[in-house]
Amino acid sequence: MANTYDMGDFQTAQTLETFGFLPKLSQEEVHEQIAYIIAQGWTPAIEHEHPTRAFNHYWTMWKLPFFGEQDLGRVVAELEACRRSYPDHHVRLIGYDNYTQGQGSNFVVFEGRS
Amino acid sequence: MSANTYKAGVKEYREKYWTPDYVPLDTDLLACFKVTGQPGVPREEVAAAVAAESSTGTWSTVWSELLTDLEYYKGRAYRIEDVPGDSESFYAFVAYPIDLFEEGSIVNVLTSLVGNVFGFKALKHLRLEDIRFPIAYIKTCMGPPSGIQVERDKMNKYGRPLLGCTIKPKLGLSAKNYGRAVYECLRGGLDFTKDDENVNSQPFMRWQNRFEFVAEAVLKSQQETGERKGHYLNVTAPDPEQMYERAEFAKELGMPIIMHDFLTGGFTANTGLAKWCRKNGLLLHIHRAMHAVIDRHPKHGIHFRVLAKCLRLSGGDHLHTGTVVGKLEGDRASTLGFVDQLRESFIPEDRARGVFFDQDWGSMPGVFAVASGGIHVWHMPALVTIFGDDSVLQFGGGTQGHPWGNAAGAAANRVALEACVKARNQGRDLEREAREILTEAAASSPELAMAMETWKEIKFEFETVDKLDAA
Repeated sequence: MANTYDMGDFQTAQTLETFGFLPKLSQEEVHEQIAYIIAQGWTPAIEHEHPTRAFNHYWTMWKLPFFGEQDLGRVVAELEACRRSYPDHHVRLIGYDNYTQGQGSNFVVFEGRS
Repeated sequence: MSANTYKAGVKEYREKYWTPDYVPLDTDLLACFKVTGQPGVPREEVAAAVAAESSTGTWSTVWSELLTDLEYYKGRAYRIEDVPGDSESFYAFVAYPIDLFEEGSIVNVLTSLVGNVFGFKALKHLRLEDIRFPIAYIKTCMGPPSGIQVERDKMNKYGRPLLGCTIKPKLGLSAKNYGRAVYECLRGGLDFTKDDENVNSQPFMRWQNRFEFVAEAVLKSQQETGERKGHYLNVTAPDPEQMYERAEFAKELGMPIIMHDFLTGGFTANTGLAKWCRKNGLLLHIHRAMHAVIDRHPKHGIHFRVLAKCLRLSGGDHLHTGTVVGKLEGDRASTLGFVDQLRESFIPEDRARGVFFDQDWGSMPGVFAVASGGIHVWHMPALVTIFGDDSVLQFGGGTQGHPWGNAAGAAANRVALEACVKARNQGRDLEREAREILTEAAASSPELAMAMETWKEIKFEFETVDKLDAA
């Protein structure tokens, strides 16, 4: 049992689901996850929402899902364009899996300033 | 047929029930039994007896048999195979016509297949190894209330296994203290917490009180984390009326998920509750107390792959499968064999995994495999590799045994889980690089570093009692 003086205190945080407990992903790490989505045959898609409405199931779509997109750079450019347009919104990346009709991947790439 | 005449007396089973030339129909329900007969009784006779006693037969000829066409209704032993590495037992394959079973009734299937026949004197042991349910029968069952895909959408959990834990101590906490333990786990990063199976409504904590305090814990942790949370409220009860009353109250409190023990509660209760969950939009977590009584002996009882298939048909969104790596029994290949039966839509025969038949599930929703019992952060890379994303990994002692408490323990597990998922997606080999992946993640998580230190020496290495049959 740890002594009280060297015991850590865990602070609750808004963690926003998958990868919410890791340090912010570096640009390269985000690229690796996009590459994984494309390699799985999933469709990349971007959504954004104001932090006060982040608990809703539906966030606002940025354009349409990028059906058939194989170019990682294009997805990165869209993520950045979305962030520029909505700097105070959370921006998340999704990998739509049309076989399971689910999302094989879904994580927040940029956190909005709330 | 009308030319038959009635002759009283005892017949040999094999005359009627051993049919080696029979080609099973797509609509037949097929079963594979591991049979150990009494010494001196021919295999064909024993196999035929199993087919007879689990379908239309009885020990003596009766006149009223001639009023129906038993050729249409009888079960048929159609194949016998050696059991690899075992000269005493053999596999008997039996085909049953679909009309022997009431539609949508797992109760009826089991009452026939594993009824009287298991006490039959000509047998020393009998084990039901596998059942091939015809798609025509599967279509008569509702199955999981929501299934994997719907649960992910409702709970907003994507691209990773879900994380849970059973609240400890399993018995004796007051409702308010219990809710505290739930809240701490959920705010720390778990998706779900769980009532232990024997938490029902005891004098120290009545179910209404538990439900109310737990509901506050769930709602508060959701608000603070921005993530969706749940607690499996155990509605297993002495009678169906009380079970439904508890389920209704969970719904009233806005809770997303309830739980049931399908073997001690029984298939009638389970199927009824699954239908209630479908109707009311709640998820259903299924515990499996008593399974080892039925499935652990390698020569007698029912293999868990059969119980897992029955549960998918009866209905449940989660089912405990063992962990492969933790404190409870479970061989890796065999476990993966029945994990597939829970989640996939078609599973081909694969004897190396103990799968005796092709199984087509059609559009039946999938069930999350739950790995729970004696696992901790060091097991995480292996668990993610073995169970993949469509699983719930539950760390009880491995969360609440953290020196800084439940929230820190939960965070440690969540960091470890996400680090493993991230690494897997990057193409790294989780099992070989386990130590590096966890150590890197611990650099930015003092909670994980502490957990790794706490559990570094714990291992559970005993031989599995029920092994797959191999020469």
